[in-house]
Amino acid sequence: MAAQQDHQRPDMARALVDAGFAALVTFGLSFPILALRTEQDMQNRLVVEQRWSWAIVAVVAVFCARLLAGLLSDWRARAVAIPGALIGVYGAHLALTVGPANGAGIVAFGLALLIGAFPLDARLRETPAAVAKPNVEGPDHSRLMSIAGIVALFVFPFVMLAWLGPQGSLKWINNYGVQILIYVMLGWGLNIVVGLAGLLDLGYVAFYAVGAYSYALLSTTYGLSFWICLPLAGVLAAFWGVILGFPVLRLRGDYLAIVTLAFGEIIRVVLINWSDFSNGYAGISSIPRVTFFGVPFTAADNGFAAMMGLEFTPIHRTIFLYFLILCLALLTNAVTLRLRALPIGRAWEALREDEIACRSLGVNTVNTKLTAFALGAMFGGFAGSFFAVRQNFVSPESFTFIESATILAIVVLGGMGSQIGVALAAVAMIGGTEILRELDFLKRIFGEGFDPAQYRMLIFGLAMVVMMIWKPRGLISSRTPSIFLKTKRAVAGALVREGQG
Amino acid sequence: MSRWLSDPLLKVEGLTMRFGGLTAVSDFHVSVGRGDITALIGPNGAGKTTVFNCITGFYKPTQGRLALARKGAASPAAVEALTRSGSRFATLGGSELFLLERMADHEIAHRARVARTFQNIRLFAGMTVLENLIVAQHNELMRASGLTFFGLFNTPGFQRAERAAVARAVRWLERINLFERADDPAGALPYGDQRRLEIARAMCTDPVLLCLDEPAAGLNPRESAELTALLRSIRDEDGVSVLLIEHDMSVVMQVSDHVIVLDYGRKIADGAPQEVREDPRVIAAYLGVDDEAEVLEAESEMAGMAGESP
Repeated sequence: MAAQQDHQRPDMARALVDAGFAALVTFGLSFPILALRTEQDMQNRLVVEQRWSWAIVAVVAVFCARLLAGLLSDWRARAVAIPGALIGVYGAHLALTVGPANGAGIVAFGLALLIGAFPLDARLRETPAAVAKPNVEGPDHSRLMSIAGIVALFVFPFVMLAWLGPQGSLKWINNYGVQILIYVMLGWGLNIVVGLAGLLDLGYVAFYAVGAYSYALLSTTYGLSFWICLPLAGVLAAFWGVILGFPVLRLRGDYLAIVTLAFGEIIRVVLINWSDFSNGYAGISSIPRVTFFGVPFTAADNGFAAMMGLEFTPIHRTIFLYFLILCLALLTNAVTLRLRALPIGRAWEALREDEIACRSLGVNTVNTKLTAFALGAMFGGFAGSFFAVRQNFVSPESFTFIESATILAIVVLGGMGSQIGVALAAVAMIGGTEILRELDFLKRIFGEGFDPAQYRMLIFGLAMVVMMIWKPRGLISSRTPSIFLKTKRAVAGALVREGQG
Repeated sequence: MSRWLSDPLLKVEGLTMRFGGLTAVSDFHVSVGRGDITALIGPNGAGKTTVFNCITGFYKPTQGRLALARKGAASPAAVEALTRSGSRFATLGGSELFLLERMADHEIAHRARVARTFQNIRLFAGMTVLENLIVAQHNELMRASGLTFFGLFNTPGFQRAERAAVARAVRWLERINLFERADDPAGALPYGDQRRLEIARAMCTDPVLLCLDEPAAGLNPRESAELTALLRSIRDEDGVSVLLIEHDMSVVMQVSDHVIVLDYGRKIADGAPQEVREDPRVIAAYLGVDDEAEVLEAESEMAGMAGESP
């Protein structure tokens, strides 16, 4: 026990040595990358530009952060102190290069965080880390929560409208509400394939594209309405899901991932090159806009506003789109939750757990995999046709690999198989990138040229790394059983397998 | 006349399995009696699990016929007729006949009703004990849910089927003393309980033949005794024939009606436990050939070689 106490107590000398070593490594890495930089001058000659201050900042920052990590034993204190130190170092750099007035405030802020972390650490060390609470959510409790959440989602646009008016609320309903809900729906659709059946699909965006082009082509060529095209888009996407499913039935793991990735690219490349069919890069424009069951959202006399006796504003269409995608997403969720409690859903999960055992129990794994691909694709197709009616323009540019990666990241980040986890992850990923555009106050700290949205991918990558360290199984890693005898107890994530393919 | 000859449930003829140049099982003939506990024994690497994998469809045999006759023995003429017809199964004069070598693994489990367990336990670790037993009744529930369409709307017919499936699962949980742990994840159970649960899961598929791959491996003596009792009750109460691979000779000798010994992919003995135990070839396979005999053999070879050399 005493030895353990000793071990926990921060050791100044050891922390210094450790930090010095980390700083040395940083110097070795940063010296060729940061300190020396080659540039072409006017005569096209390569000249070496020296940026020693960059390297020094990096080395000092790493030294401080590593030293603090060694001195503070509690991770929460580290989480306060290390950013504090980094902000302090950045402020000092600013003060030295630009002028003392620019950096002084930042240095003070960083130091305050840094100093505050030490008493925090001392206090946290005395109280034992919170023991993970056993997962005993009563079914009634969670049901109440989900009803409250759904009600909140339904009143959200009206609250925003009343609060910010038609102009101000447009951004919130469209960029946040609709955009996030599209990805929630895509995440839930992919969750069937990846989370439940355990089949890694890197080309999910293909079905999104099939759905979008289905609506775009059917409506512009045959003049079919959205409500007819929506199920057709789902059916076509499901059909392509089966087409993809057949060749990959025997593949697992990396091989499955590569083939699905290729499939996603094939669909995109075909859309680019088959110009007669899809109009190539130019895409398909002037797709009919959404109507209120036949009543257009226009300022005309037969428009929605006139019919309802309201003053015309474009926000009506946005709110209708919001409810449309909300209903589609909730449909996806309801169907998935119901399927989980049916033999097909249990077979998906059993397939993820152990395919060979499934076959020994008479489960037809071919059909099971194909239904997972088809249903996942169908919801992707619904979302795609919604995308087309919302944008009233589709082009292959919208269906690149990064979309598939984002959707897959949402599923993995949320915790594979967990519906609420996927929804939370979609809010964090899509809402998070949107919110970066709002952080204007950062410009006051980092200067006018700073655009937080440019750091989107960097922050995204960092968040993924942090997630994989802290919660490698996603936000909600536990699994809810589909049936129970006496009590419904969540299955710990460590026992649940991720599937071999 | 022993039961496996008079009323065979499964008749394996000329089973050969080659993996590239390696012949794991060659020209294996055996009959598994209806209502018997049949043990398949042999040293490590003898090809026992390969035989299992061929019977349960996980391997396609290179050669051979595996005819399973449900509900009464089939005449050799009927088996010949089905073999020539090219179809996988047929109902001929009250007997349902299946040619397992033509069927896929899930079809064997679903139609021919051969269930199996695995040497390294293959439970659905992240699903609860109850869910494991419900997945085993997949095909029945799938039919009741109208291939999911009726199930989506939770029709009374599907609810009835689900209640029946849970009742069957509960019955098995009580038999293997795991009722209290029904809602725990299968992966969290102790090893011995996992072995029993895997047997119960296989039994929930309502099989006529249960194939167990080393069910007593890793069990303590008390658990082995429980297993023996469970296997007997499966034979006597459920009327299910059992085919097991086992290294624990005390279990084999106590429980089996019929023992088949395999060595280097060939059958070396076949009969009642007592006969097999005393068979010199079995003793040789397990304990090695007598040292003296080997020495003599080697000496005579040396002498022969010396005579040939100039």
